[in-house]
Amino acid sequence: MAAEPVIRFNEVSKTFQRPDGRGDFVAVDKLSFEIAKGEIVAVLGKTGCGKSTMFNIVAGLIEPSAGEARVIGHDPFHEFEFFRGQIGIVFQNDRLMPWRSTLDNVRLGLQILDSDPKQADETARRWLARLGLSGHENDYPYALSGGMRQRVSIARAFAVDPEILLCDEPFSSLDEMTARDLRAEFVRLVRQSNKTAVFITHQINEAMEIGDRVMVFHRPARIAYETRLGGTTDAARRAIREDIMRVLSVEQSPA
Amino acid sequence: MTNTRTMRVLQAAAGMLVLAAGWQILSVVFPHYLFPPVPEIISRTIEILITGSLLTDVLLTAMRIFGGLLGAFILGGLLAMVIGQSKTAENFIAPILTFFQGIPALSWVVFAIIWFHGIEFRVLFIMVMTTLPAFTFQILDAFRSMSKDLFEMTMAFRPSRWTLFRFLIVPTIVPGILTAWKVNLGNAARVVVVAELVGATGGVGYQLLRQQQLFDMAGAMAWTLQLVLFVLIVQQTINAIENWALRYRAVSERAM
Repeated sequence: MAAEPVIRFNEVSKTFQRPDGRGDFVAVDKLSFEIAKGEIVAVLGKTGCGKSTMFNIVAGLIEPSAGEARVIGHDPFHEFEFFRGQIGIVFQNDRLMPWRSTLDNVRLGLQILDSDPKQADETARRWLARLGLSGHENDYPYALSGGMRQRVSIARAFAVDPEILLCDEPFSSLDEMTARDLRAEFVRLVRQSNKTAVFITHQINEAMEIGDRVMVFHRPARIAYETRLGGTTDAARRAIREDIMRVLSVEQSPA
Repeated sequence: MTNTRTMRVLQAAAGMLVLAAGWQILSVVFPHYLFPPVPEIISRTIEILITGSLLTDVLLTAMRIFGGLLGAFILGGLLAMVIGQSKTAENFIAPILTFFQGIPALSWVVFAIIWFHGIEFRVLFIMVMTTLPAFTFQILDAFRSMSKDLFEMTMAFRPSRWTLFRFLIVPTIVPGILTAWKVNLGNAARVVVVAELVGATGGVGYQLLRQQQLFDMAGAMAWTLQLVLFVLIVQQTINAIENWALRYRAVSERAM
């Protein structure tokens, strides 16, 4: 019997009311997919295609309007308690608490989960060290560079040892060199810990570099193209890249 | 940075010296019962500080200010939290607070004298009613300025309500609370004098009333200075707390 997927969307839709009150708009349209344990799935799509809405549904931050979203076999929006420590999120901006030191920011999730303070301290320090931030434990976020701040947010997500990692364009605001280093570091950490990861991006290269599988979204969010990348030759990857570009170029205009 | 601070202190001191010099010139031109000389005012001010029975009046006023502000802060904080979580509560409570804001402090003094017997309760009531709207709206503003990004990030860890309050809401509203205390302190110092002037048998306001009856301008100035000194000391204490509590901010940001 096949293992239960870690993330499963079954015809999930999400509709929002327009800010001006004139009707609704559909952000996610009958989206269905499954993600297995240990898989890294890159979700690719143009800005405003509903990637982040899908992300927020998986994270349990918003409720689907229709369909069923299951994460580790549970409803992420309604089963609030179950997901304590199960999901780690790295956002587009670092979202560090400015009043907390680097160490305290990494410790945040562990404190919320009521971890033993001594153990939380050790874990946070260990993750900071793994991400090359030893010596910056007592620095406040304003004193760190953009790349360092994003490293702290990665450490914060990993520190709670979550089952699933959700990343919403985490390196998009960084320069290419820093982003490349962090991408490599991120993939290494995910593989080492055998975590399931969903990585949202709007860059084809980044998606192909990170993902075992790439899902391309059209607007409103639904899968327009999907492919596996593991073990593909350079020629095959070039062909996939061209396919993705073709799919993105026939993007529908917004509803 | 130290040089800038020293320069700022020197400039402030120079301004006060000019004011004192101007007063001293007036004391030469006009009779002393209108403009008493600066040394006499200073001597009377010191006399109050070193005379136990007089200092008690200053401390009594200080306690009333703190009591009133603390009461308004607690009540205002609770109201702000209720309003912040319910649009219905806001629609119900906000107009009442706005209405209260329009009532002059002197009217609250009159109401308190008519409604209540105990002096201390009267003063507390006046202090709370005059500072409650400002505390509520300032804390509410601070609560509403909470970053949606940080809220989502924290919620992703699935905190309890208490944990969310402790780790996110409190640090978010601390700057607003400190500002509210600073703003309301000056307001409270003015209101307490009015309340004591009309309805108390002790405190700086009561002593000011006595100086007016005795036509003692030096005494009136000395008692006024007690209140000014008190406000300055508390303001500086709040500033020190603010510098400590907001030490995470970049130096350039804090200096703004």
